[in-house]
Formats: sequence, structure tokens, C-alpha cells
Amino acid sequence: MEIIYLTIVLAPLVAAVFSGLLGKQIGRSGAHSITIAGVFISFLLSLYALKAIAIDGAPIFNESIYRWGSVGGLTMEVGFLVDHLTVLMMTVVTFVSLAVHIYTIGYMHDDEGYQRFFSYISLFTFAMLMLVMSNNFLQLFFGWEAVGVISYLLIGFWFKKETAISANMKAFLVNRVGDFGFLLGIAALLMYAGSLDYYQVFSLAEDLSEQSIELFSGMQWSVLSVACICLFVGAMGKSAQVPLHVWLPDSMEGPTPISALIHAATMVTAGIFMVARMSPLFEFSQTALSLVLIIGATTAFFTGLLGVVQHDIKRVVAYSTLSQLGYMTVALGASAYAAGIFHLMTHAFFKALLFLAAGSVIIALHHEQDIRKMGGLRKYMPITYWTSLVGTLALVGFPGFSGFFSKDALIEAVHLSTIPGSGYAYWCVLLSVFVTALYSFRVFFLVFHGKERMDSDVKKHVKESPTVVTLPLILLAIPSIFIGWLTIEPVLFGGFFNQSIFILETPGVVGQLGDNFHGPLSFIVHAATASAAIYLAAAGALLAWFLYLKRPDLPQLFKEKLKIIHQVLENKYYFDSFNENFIAKGARMTANSFWRVGDEFFIDGLIVNGSARFVRFFSGVMRSIQSGYLYHYAFVMVVGLAIIIGLLIVG
Amino acid sequence: MMITISHYLVLAAVLFSLAVVGIFINRKNVILLLMCIELMLLAVNFNFIAFSRMLGDELGQVFVFFILTVAASEAAIGLAILVVLFRTRQSINVDELGSLKG
Amino acid sequence: MITSFLFYTFSLILVISALGVIASRNLVYSALFLVLAFVQSAMLWLLIEAEFLAVVLVLVYVGAVMVLFLFVVMMLDVKSESLKDNFNRYLPMGLLLSLVIVIEIVHVVWFRSQDVISVLLPQANPESYSNTQALGALLYTEHVYAFELAGVILLLAIVAAISLTMRRRPGLKVQDVPAQVNVKSEDRVRLVKVPSNKDSSR
Repeated sequence: MEIIYLTIVLAPLVAAVFSGLLGKQIGRSGAHSITIAGVFISFLLSLYALKAIAIDGAPIFNESIYRWGSVGGLTMEVGFLVDHLTVLMMTVVTFVSLAVHIYTIGYMHDDEGYQRFFSYISLFTFAMLMLVMSNNFLQLFFGWEAVGVISYLLIGFWFKKETAISANMKAFLVNRVGDFGFLLGIAALLMYAGSLDYYQVFSLAEDLSEQSIELFSGMQWSVLSVACICLFVGAMGKSAQVPLHVWLPDSMEGPTPISALIHAATMVTAGIFMVARMSPLFEFSQTALSLVLIIGATTAFFTGLLGVVQHDIKRVVAYSTLSQLGYMTVALGASAYAAGIFHLMTHAFFKALLFLAAGSVIIALHHEQDIRKMGGLRKYMPITYWTSLVGTLALVGFPGFSGFFSKDALIEAVHLSTIPGSGYAYWCVLLSVFVTALYSFRVFFLVFHGKERMDSDVKKHVKESPTVVTLPLILLAIPSIFIGWLTIEPVLFGGFFNQSIFILETPGVVGQLGDNFHGPLSFIVHAATASAAIYLAAAGALLAWFLYLKRPDLPQLFKEKLKIIHQVLENKYYFDSFNENFIAKGARMTANSFWRVGDEFFIDGLIVNGSARFVRFFSGVMRSIQSGYLYHYAFVMVVGLAIIIGLLIVG
Repeated sequence: MMITISHYLVLAAVLFSLAVVGIFINRKNVILLLMCIELMLLAVNFNFIAFSRMLGDELGQVFVFFILTVAASEAAIGLAILVVLFRTRQSINVDELGSLKG
Repeated sequence: MITSFLFYTFSLILVISALGVIASRNLVYSALFLVLAFVQSAMLWLLIEAEFLAVVLVLVYVGAVMVLFLFVVMMLDVKSESLKDNFNRYLPMGLLLSLVIVIEIVHVVWFRSQDVISVLLPQANPESYSNTQALGALLYTEHVYAFELAGVILLLAIVAAISLTMRRRPGLKVQDVPAQVNVKSEDRVRLVKVPSNKDSSR
């Protein structure tokens, strides 16, 4: 198996190196062939591994492959831990990556950086696989940073575009805040557990929760809580949770395939995956879980609201992603790790689908992203229309679609949870079902139905996208419909994650749900009778239909009546201006004062110029002594002689 | 009353002090400064010879011999420089020789 | 007794001539006073039986160095009045300092160490002793390297003094020996073909 896992990881890396370094030699078709081949190999082997572990019951693989450093008692290794959780992530990552690779052929067709782009996304696949397959914190951190770097490179892929540059800088800086917390968490675990290996740390989790650490004088914290909160700060950065979510909407400056692959399906879920992987740690710290729950709920509801006022098609989808990531985080906080991962998986498919569909629309309209300039595209782009409909229905949780199962299970799990903050979280996720339906259908109706608002010369050229674009849409639409139905029983309630995820109080919220589970069909029935979610979603969809198709004048009216709320939403709760005015400006002021006081005054003024000035002053004194007149010297010499003889006589 | 070494030492001290006074009061005249230095060296030589005789060791006189050599060289070169100086500046006034002073 | 008398006489003249060196208005007088001081020193050295050095002092200093001084003084035609303006300004300070030094030295070598010094009176040399021979024996054996070095220093002084003072005046007619030796006949004799005057008969 070791060879297989190594191949899974290295095939995209080799492909990336080839297309990146030898891009000119192998040409455009060479670049996409080799990278698609690499990712395809990874995908097939991941499927094989999934079959081996999930169906044939192969043992969990946990071995170190290579030791690359040893310092003191600390060994730094490259190793793989492949269990159910990992193998699921691997399959999702490689599948979405494969779809995006194929799609990119069409999307980036006439871009200069064609080979570079393929190299980046293959490299990203490698980094993401390293992240999910690692069996120690160091490799996790490597993957974590590597995906961050590639995300940075890809957001700024069109590096001549001013907004793209500032967006990738923003993403990088915000992620740095999170990564710093993540690194602190790893350091805390290393300090107290003395190991970087997952299982060794996990086995000490209970001990760690009983030790305490004094962060500020007089305040005792549980070591484990501190470490978990630090790790979660990392997850907040990578998975774009409030307040570190600000980078994700801006990251839409990058090419659309990237938005689908990195900023919707895979990289942003790294934080979710990480918390699920660390479940043996988080379970022992209720403080951390509560924090996770509240942050997730806040993200889920409030970022969803922002999607309602956005006009950029990709930004709406991006806010939707934020909201869905909030859902997953809520599930983690409620100890329903399986539900979180389940939602992660379904979300990966339908969100990638939505993004790629948005990309298809964007290509058709010659890189127009404003939904106010779209409309009535249904008859021009049938495939895109239908696949988008599938994606939207999955997103809002239409019964039977994949998103329905995962979201409903998740909401129910939160409902059953009893930890502090769960009440707030329940209402947040419930209300955001409504919001989700509202903004999803708003976009859907504005783009595909209603009046055709695009420019007349653009309208002439609108046509369905090429096969390389529509094929991935269809490929992704299939799991978006069926994967929930097929996998809810084995993945969520069948004990699929028993060996990967640890839950302190058995059976846990997911277990309780499982007791009432009698097949997908009865689940739908149960949801229809016992939960408000479906009706809320329907209400949202209806409202969207009413506002944007039936009475298109109403939104404008609301905008004027509810000016203050609209203003707040338009400015994204003033997060950006807060960051700019307080954090950035404060940092600049601090740096300025350091520069002025520390550097200019102290180092330059006192130490560098000051010493020179002192030497000049002192040598000025010395110069006036060194007159150059012989009689001065003679005088001093003779005076000295007289004094010495005098001393001899007196002494 | 015998002439002891102390007589010579005191004489040398007086000679040396007179040379110092000479440097002070003739501070502007380079030639006189050179002469005063010769006088000082003479005082030093007195001490050497006196001690050499007192200890019955001729080494002190060897030193005097070398001092005389070096002093003669010094006087010759000093005077040569003086001549060159006078040729270019038309003066041997120490106060006017300050172009190297910052 | 006669030694004491001679010592005091020579010492007195020495001190007076030293005073003359530093106080004379005329540089030539100063130089001549210095000559006198050297001669007196030579006398005093003879008294203490350092005959060779006394003779050397007279020969080298009076005969060579002081003549050099006199030459330079006369050659340069220095207006010594302009160089003596601050005579009185520094005199009190210098005198005071010198007095302090003299008093201190006298205190040390005369009053403090009288008992030590008196037992170390210079002994008269035996009849067969030759100061020159003794010095020579030391110089040419033990201190031969230093002696050679002194020679080198003197040579250096000669070279330095000459090269410093020598100047090439433009337009001076001098002999160039290498050019004279290397000269060739072509440089000196030029054969010119003169056409004969055919029409001389006219």
C-alpha cells in the first residue's frame, strides 16, 4: 500500500514540476495532458484505496515513510495516516481536482499562463494530499502552508490586475494571522506532549486536559483548551470563519477554476478536516468546542446575509461558501464531526459545480461577472442551466439532493447538542437555510430567467460553452444529486468514521440521530414532518421568485426603505474598514513610531550618528590638545616629569 | 671636597632645564629649537658618562657614542629640511607652518 | 682640590653659555655660545676621564655640526627679531617649571642619596688604562651590529640631506656622461651633397 499512497501524492507533484519547469518544451497540450494524467492516476488510486479501506476493510495505514530531520528528542518525519476520513478526503480532492483540470482546458483556453496554471493546480493537489494524508503535525503544517502559498499564487494569477494583487496580499496576510495561531497550537502540543505524531499526542489528550497553563497572571487555562483554540484559529484563517473570513470574497479575483477548486471545494475545507482529525483533542475541551460552535454559527448566518446584496456572481457564490463553511464548523462544534465531514463532501461537489457553472456563464458573456447585466440565459445555455439548477437545489437542500441530507442531518445534530451556545447556533443555522435559498435563487433567477439585460453585441455571441467546460459540470452534477442519498447511511450512521473520529460521550448527537434513521426515504419524510428547514428553504425560494421575477421593482424599494441595513450589508459589516482603519493603520502607526523612535532616533541618531558625533566631539578636544607646537608638548612633558618626581619625593 | 657624581647630575639637570626654558621662550625659531635639543642631548650625555664612570662600565660611553651619531644625523637632516622650508616659504617661523593643521 | 676648582669653573662657563644660547638676540651668537657650551662639556668629560668622547664631541660637534648650524644661519638670513616677540610671555612659566625640576632633581640626587652616592665616587683609572682602547674593544666586538647600523644611519643622513637640499635649476649646462659615451658618428657628422658649380668659368 505504501507504494500506492506515495504514487497518489507524487503523481501530481511530478506533473506539476514537468509542466512548470518544462512548460515551454512540452507546450500547451503537453502541459494539460501530463497534469491531467497525474491527477487521474491519483484519483484512480484514491478510489482503489477507498475501496480497500471502506469496503474490503483493509487495516488503517499509519507509517513514517522518511525521516528528514532529528533535533534533540524531536524527530521530523514524512508519514501517512490513511484511514476512513483520509481516504474520503483524498477521493473528494482528487475528483474535484480532476474535474477542474478538465474544465481549465476550456476556461483558460487563450490565457498566456496556461502551463503555469496547470502546474499550480497540480501542485495544489499535491499539497492538499500531503495535508490530508499526513500522520504528524509538521507535515500537516507543511501542507497547510503549501496550499496557502499556492492559493496566494493563484489568486494573483493575473498579476497585472491591480485588484488581484491586493486580493492575494490580503488572503496571504489574513491567513498568516490564522497560521500563527495554528503554529502556536502545534508548539503548545509539542511542548506538553513532546511529540508531533498524531496518535502519540491523541493518547495523551486526557492528561493534557488536566494540566493547566498560566497565560496571564492569575488565570489558569487547560493546556488542551489553549492548544485547541490556537489550532482552531488556524482553521478560522484557512476555512474563512468570522472574523478571518475577509479574504475569501476577495479571492474571487483569481480565475474561476481556482475559486471552484481551492476556495470552495478543497483548501477552505482544510480547517474543517483538521478539526475533525483533531477530534480526540477537541472532545476533551468543551471551551474550544463552544467557541467553534459559536464562531461557526455566526459565520453561517451573517455571511449568508451578505450574499443577498452582492452583484458579482462569483462573490455571491463565495459568500455562500462562507456560509456553508460555517455550517460545517457548527457541526464540528456540536461534536457531529461525521455530519461536518459529510457536508464537506457534498458541498465540495455542488459548490464546485456552482462555481464552474458560474465560470461557464462568465465565459459565455465574455468575462462579465455582474448579475445585473445577465438574465434569460436559459435558452442559450441549456446544459449550464440544468447543472446550475442541480447545484442550486443541492445547496438549498431540496429533498433528495445531496445537500439536503447533509444539511438536515447537521441541523438536527445541532438541535440535539447541549453544549453552551448550541441554542444560538441552532437558530443561526435554521435561519440561514432561508437566507441560503433566498440568495441562491436570486442569482439563479437573475442569471437564467427574466429579461435579457446584457449588451446587444454580447448577446449576439452568447452560446453554450465547449465540451471541456460542460463535461465537468455534468460530472459534478451527478454526485451533487445522488451522493447524499447513496452515502448518508454508510458514512453518517454506519460507523464509517469510528476509527478516525473520537467522540467523548457515546453515542453522541450523530449516534442519536442514527437511532431514528431508517433509510433515506424515511429521513426525507421525517424532515418534512419534524423540521422547519425544508419549509424555510421553500419560503426563501418563493421570496426570491416573487422579488426578482414577479416584482423586480420591489428590491429597489426595499433598498431605499431599509437604507441602514442595506448600508451595513453593502459594507460587509464594516470588517474591511475596521481592518484597514484599526489594524492596518494601527500597525502602520506602531511601525512608524518604531521607525521614528527606535530606528531614526535611537539606532541612527544615538548609536550610529551619535557615536560618530561623540568621536568628532572627542577628537575635537584631542585636536585642540594636539596643537602641533613643540613647546606645548614639551610643557606637558615637563609638567608630567615634575609631577612624577614630586610624587617620588613625597612618597 | 671631592667632585662626586651628584655634582655632574645636578649640572646635567640645570643644563636640561635651561634647554627647556629655551624651548619655551624661543618657540618660534626652528633653528634655536634645534640648538636647544642639542643642549638637552648634551645633558643626557652627561648623565650617561657620569654613571658609566661611577660604575666602571664603558657601556654608558658606548651609548653616548651612538647618541652623538644620531644627534649629528638629526641635526644634518633637520637643517636640510629647514633650508628647503626657507626656500619655499621664505620663513622659519613655526606659527606660519600650519598648513597641515586641520 | 684642583679638580673641584676646574669643575666649578667649567660648570659656570657651561651654564652661562647655555644661558647665552637661549637668550641671545642674534642667532649667530646663540650658535657660538653653543660651541662654547660644547667645549666646556668636553672639558668636564675630560675631568671625569672620558677622553675619547670629549675629543669626539669637539671634533664632531664643534667641528662639523656647529659649523653646519652657522652656515645655515648665515645662509638663510633670518630676521631673528620677528621671532622673539613673545619673549616675556612664556618666560615666567618656563622659568618656574625649570626651577621646580631643578629643585626636585637636586633634592633627589643631592640630599636624598648623599650617603649612597658618596660611596660610589668615580675611581681614578689605572696608569695603563686607555679609554679609547676600552671603548674600541666594546664597540668592535659586542656592539658591532649597532656600530654598523650607526654607520648606515649616518649614510642615510648624508643622502637625505643632500637630496633634500639639491635643486635642479633649469637652463643649467651639465655634462651627460652616458649620452657622451653612447653617441654615434651619424649623430655628429652629416654628409651633405653639394652640387658642383659647373658654370664656374663664367
